[in-house]
Amino acid sequence: MTAKPRVEIRPTRGAVALDLPELWAAREILMILVWRDVTIRYKQTVLGALWAVLQPLLMMLVFSVFLGLLAKVPSDGLPYPLFVFCGLVPWVFFAAVLTLGSQSLVQNEDLLTKVYFPRVLIPTASVLASVVDLGFALLILAGMMIFYGHPPGVEALLLPLGLALLFGYALAAVFWLSALNVRYRDVRYTTVFLTQLLFYLSPVVYPSTLVPEAYRALYGLNPFAGVVEIFRAVLLGSSYDLGLIAASVGVAVIGLATGWLYFRRTERSFADVI
Amino acid sequence: MTDVSIRTEDLGKRYSIGERPYRTLREALSESVRVPWRRRATRGSGDGNGEDKIWALRDVSFEVQEGEVVGIVGDNGAGKSTLLKILSRITEPTEGSATIWGRSGSLLEVGTGFHGELTGRENIFLNGSILGMRRDEIRRKFDEIVEFAEIGKFLDTPVKHYSSGMYVRLAFAVAAHVNLDVMMVDEVLAVGDAGFQRKCLGRMDAAASEGRTVFLVSHNMTAVNQLCTRALWMNHGHVQLDGKPQDVVAAYLKHGGSESGEATWSSSDSAPGSELVRFEAIRVKSRGEIMSQPRIDEEITIEVDFSLLRDGGERLAVNVYVLDSYGNTVLSSANIPGASAIPDPWFGEPHDAGLYRSGCTFPANLLNDNQYHVTVHLVRTDDAHVEATATQAVSFTVFDTGRMLEGARAGAEWHGAVRPMLAWRTEALGAAREGALAETRSGPSSHHPITRA
Repeated sequence: MTAKPRVEIRPTRGAVALDLPELWAAREILMILVWRDVTIRYKQTVLGALWAVLQPLLMMLVFSVFLGLLAKVPSDGLPYPLFVFCGLVPWVFFAAVLTLGSQSLVQNEDLLTKVYFPRVLIPTASVLASVVDLGFALLILAGMMIFYGHPPGVEALLLPLGLALLFGYALAAVFWLSALNVRYRDVRYTTVFLTQLLFYLSPVVYPSTLVPEAYRALYGLNPFAGVVEIFRAVLLGSSYDLGLIAASVGVAVIGLATGWLYFRRTERSFADVI
Repeated sequence: MTDVSIRTEDLGKRYSIGERPYRTLREALSESVRVPWRRRATRGSGDGNGEDKIWALRDVSFEVQEGEVVGIVGDNGAGKSTLLKILSRITEPTEGSATIWGRSGSLLEVGTGFHGELTGRENIFLNGSILGMRRDEIRRKFDEIVEFAEIGKFLDTPVKHYSSGMYVRLAFAVAAHVNLDVMMVDEVLAVGDAGFQRKCLGRMDAAASEGRTVFLVSHNMTAVNQLCTRALWMNHGHVQLDGKPQDVVAAYLKHGGSESGEATWSSSDSAPGSELVRFEAIRVKSRGEIMSQPRIDEEITIEVDFSLLRDGGERLAVNVYVLDSYGNTVLSSANIPGASAIPDPWFGEPHDAGLYRSGCTFPANLLNDNQYHVTVHLVRTDDAHVEATATQAVSFTVFDTGRMLEGARAGAEWHGAVRPMLAWRTEALGAAREGALAETRSGPSSHHPITRA
């Protein structure tokens, strides 16, 4: 007879360790949650997944006309549409993740109060569900790079570094915001405002070179600045500031670690306070 | 020899009351600035018996053996759901511990995680995996689930277009095919129509016979009696009684179930009535006590207290209606002499102002083991004018002791709103008539009064 799995239920105290076997056992639930979020997103829409590429394309058009053409915002010597689209691709992903991810636990209240599985799967699934859209947007970006005569070079192989920073930052933000939102419903309003603020604090529509060199590391404390810096450097060959990137990576790592700890500390009371 | 399946030791759960479920950030921030030490102090102190804390569960210790079906009974707020949620790992205990051996899962509602935009097929996979089934397991049981749910051609229709009946059938079909060693079940049986409930009870019965451990919270005493091998009565967060279902259920019902069995109106404004007459109380009694779950084999008395507010010799009649849970009138009665087994001398006589009590008694073994609602009318006999109406003022659930199922198959169920015990007699009349065989074959054999769930 095989030994039966044994579950111990007792009050947890202090920091909680990463339960890797449990997370591995729950991988199918993660996959199904991701699949659910992706499937639902474009149900009963006319354009469906086309929205994933329409949104950054329309934003690019507007910014190119008003900021590139009329306001003559510098673009590191690159065609402005290509320059801004390279920043918009990660941005649209990040903004969607902030909005959906911060609401993920509250919207899955029935799961939290009726069934057990590692709670961390819910915000994680909301991040992964947007990866499909990011993939489409990256394909359009590749097409534009070829169109503007900047085909991806070998440096593009370093893109995973930028993606890793992007996912790390996204997860950090979502762990914090989704867990806070369970107890404090202010988060919903804060997130809208926070998203706008971060947009202007990031070099999406303007180059980071506009920021005086002495302040670039400080500027990099918003990890999304580092994400765009890496994206432009590896895809478009723009100059980059290592101090800025280091600051971004540092903040993202700290944010991810504290976000994880905060999430694990508070998840025990999710079902009671939601 | 059987193994232990669940063991709890001094399990306790404390909730803070008064604290709103969620606060605004501003409140939390200003609070932590003002009293940074107080929070730490309350967390550190072992007991924390502050006024704003209540123990929903305390000192709960028991052991469940593999294959036991344990029914949890008790009033609302007695700690049943809290216990279930702790064992399901949805919420954490404040103290004590519990250990569960085997794959466990919870069915606290039907259709957890169902999404309206997804099709029936998609929801089977979603719901199944959330309830703890592996993907290949769902695939293997897929046809069986679809068949059980009877949704057929709607399999690829979004469930938001389903009728509520189809929705519940699909959801239950998935839940019924979850194959876990230990299952926590809460009121799942309270959904659907009577026929579907019977089907669900049948599945629960099957689960038990397969050696799985089932932990069932239910308000349906008949279900607890028929399905469970053991029952726990939870009262104020403690285990009041642990034992055979019949004994525990009987003790719990004696103490008074979750329905009160009595409706009273404290203020004259809220009481239904007119300038002439006003209701004071309506009660369901059995064996002389107020009882919300009278036994099927005992007499049931409906007692009506009312105030006559005017002197001058009014003549009144009391009309009682008993309705089933769908609102159909099962029977009606009045204290008019021609309709009474024992005539009511009060009827037809003029009466002055005062408080009066009218009662009518139903014989034992009349109503079936369903929930019933009582509506009372006070009627002026001179012109048949209805002076006061108390609509579905009290409810009661007739509790089946199971005696009428002796000799019937296990899990059988009586159909109908009433269940009188009738005189039966069958005689032998001699040799079979010619052609009799063909005649019985064509008869309506499917209308058996008793069916297996």
